[in-house]
Amino acid sequence: MSDHHDNNGQQETGWFEKKRNVRKIIWALVIICVGLFFADGLYHKHPYFAAENIFGFYAIYGFVMCVGLVLGAKWMRTILMRDEDYYDKDDNND
Amino acid sequence: MIEFNPGLIMILGGLLIPLASGNARRALLLGLPIVGFIYTIALVPGMSVDFVMFGYVLEVLRVDDLALVWGYIFHIAAFLGVLYALHEDDPLQGAMAQIYMGSAVGAVFAGDLITLFVFWELTAISSVFLIWASGTERALRSGMRYLVVQIGSGVLLLAGAILIFNDTGSLAFNHIGIESLGGKLVLLAFGIKCAFPLLHNWLQDAYPEATVTGTVILSAFTTKLAVYSLARGYAGTEILIVIGAIMTAFPIFYAVIENDLRRVLAYSLNNQLGFMVVGIGIGTELALNGTAAHAFSHILYKALLFMSMGAVLFRTGTIKGSELGGLHKTMPWTTGFCIVGAASISAFPLFSGFISKSMILTALGHEGHWLTWAILIFASAGVFHHSGIKIPYFAFFAHDSGKRPQEAPLNMLLAMGLAAFLCIGIGVYPDALYAILPFPVDYVPYTTAHVITQLQLLMFSALAFTFLMLKGLYPPEIKSTNLDFDWLYRKLLPKIVNSMGRKIIKIDRAVRSYLLEILSAFIGQVERWNGMNGALAKTASIGSMGVFAVGLLAVFLVLYFIL
Repeated sequence: MSDHHDNNGQQETGWFEKKRNVRKIIWALVIICVGLFFADGLYHKHPYFAAENIFGFYAIYGFVMCVGLVLGAKWMRTILMRDEDYYDKDDNND
Repeated sequence: MIEFNPGLIMILGGLLIPLASGNARRALLLGLPIVGFIYTIALVPGMSVDFVMFGYVLEVLRVDDLALVWGYIFHIAAFLGVLYALHEDDPLQGAMAQIYMGSAVGAVFAGDLITLFVFWELTAISSVFLIWASGTERALRSGMRYLVVQIGSGVLLLAGAILIFNDTGSLAFNHIGIESLGGKLVLLAFGIKCAFPLLHNWLQDAYPEATVTGTVILSAFTTKLAVYSLARGYAGTEILIVIGAIMTAFPIFYAVIENDLRRVLAYSLNNQLGFMVVGIGIGTELALNGTAAHAFSHILYKALLFMSMGAVLFRTGTIKGSELGGLHKTMPWTTGFCIVGAASISAFPLFSGFISKSMILTALGHEGHWLTWAILIFASAGVFHHSGIKIPYFAFFAHDSGKRPQEAPLNMLLAMGLAAFLCIGIGVYPDALYAILPFPVDYVPYTTAHVITQLQLLMFSALAFTFLMLKGLYPPEIKSTNLDFDWLYRKLLPKIVNSMGRKIIKIDRAVRSYLLEILSAFIGQVERWNGMNGALAKTASIGSMGVFAVGLLAVFLVLYFIL
């Protein structure tokens, strides 16, 4: 455990900040995903719903819905986002 | 064994806390949940204590399998919460936390609606101190709103209980159903505490404003007490499937764009409650087991996540994603524990969420609710996205904020370590949890299909996150407030009341000035006749009086002759 030291000036780059390592993590993720996608052919399915019979259904669904979630949430910001002290300001005026 | 409601141990013991100090107080704080836990373990289904008051029979202790699950986990959560807060020297907060936790336990073992009501209100009144203890203006206001909502829920519960008593002649707290008006009112009371959609905002409003330790304790009890109450009173009520499905889906959108990381967790708490509510709505043995199991594991991983974020707030003074990052360098243990919590809530194999949430999803499969199932799968992926990735990523990794805080205090690390151990323990050895569920368990979580499909869902969600990050499409953390339903009563309603107030003032002014005009006109008239020179106020001489009398006599004389 490192000691308490506020060194805003000198910032040592951690393992997770080196571009090389980040690329390694991403590649590992991609390889795992490819593996998992094709693992769908390795077992016998007992689906409750027809959609589950689609090859790699959970993978496709997870990816598509997450992109949809983030883009949807991003769009929500255009309507819902206000200043951080939005409610406080109002409280003082009333 | 003397039988009594185990909630009383922490409630009555909590009253002693301000009297003790130093190590004695610490021993008391930690000891009460332990004693309560041991006593609860000794309870056997079927035990019951009746208490007659004003001729009504109140069942102040009712022990059965359903109550025991919550009894166990509430005591474990109480111990973890107290351990996490042990560095604090705040007797009031410590006492109120014990009373709050004891009341939640008390409510779980309440056999009738009036006993439930008493503990229900006691949780509300005691818990607000955990919010107020922050000492900020924001916390004060937020706590006030929280209190109004919670007390309101209790009032609805009491009203419903009275109606139910009128209908059935019994106060017993068993299956209620939504057929009667009383049943509807009680459902609304439970729904408020369970943060149903549109009734939910007290949660996201108040929890992030509580103290570092207060939020951890709050996260475990209030909403899960509501889940327990729903499971007892409304199992198999189909509308709950719809309500639960909505609850799982909409908060995750907010969680993605929220900057306050404790508020992100509050939204995800709301989403997790949705899974439990769906389970109650299905109402089969598997589904109710799933709800109980998920409540159990949820309390642990959610407390763990709130603990890790609390440690960050405690050490850095902020919990805004936009101001954090890179903390894994100096807070490695907290980072690790947070990741365990994140993996558990995301339902990774070998972590607690995996073996509990899937019971609810399987129960949905049995019943063939495909749309709800699709929403819950989406919500599962979404949970991983914001609680599993966003929370650890923006706090401990992402861009380096330059902050180099100390690791969390030892007591916090111990509490987090214990919670993390339990999260993994339940995930690795689910039979221990399955053994205490209300119904016999005939469910195997670790099948090839389940493990692979779940990993597919999660890893491709991670892939989506990575893809969006690399493309620069992921919404950055921005200091902001996102409008939610509470905008209605925090902004719109005050606005309407204010503008109505202004209108009323205007009308009031117009009416007053009109009346004043009439009044002053009347006064003017009076003045003209009776004023200084007014005709009726003149002083006349005796001579003129004589003339007046003569004139009068003359008129009489004329009239006399005519008639």
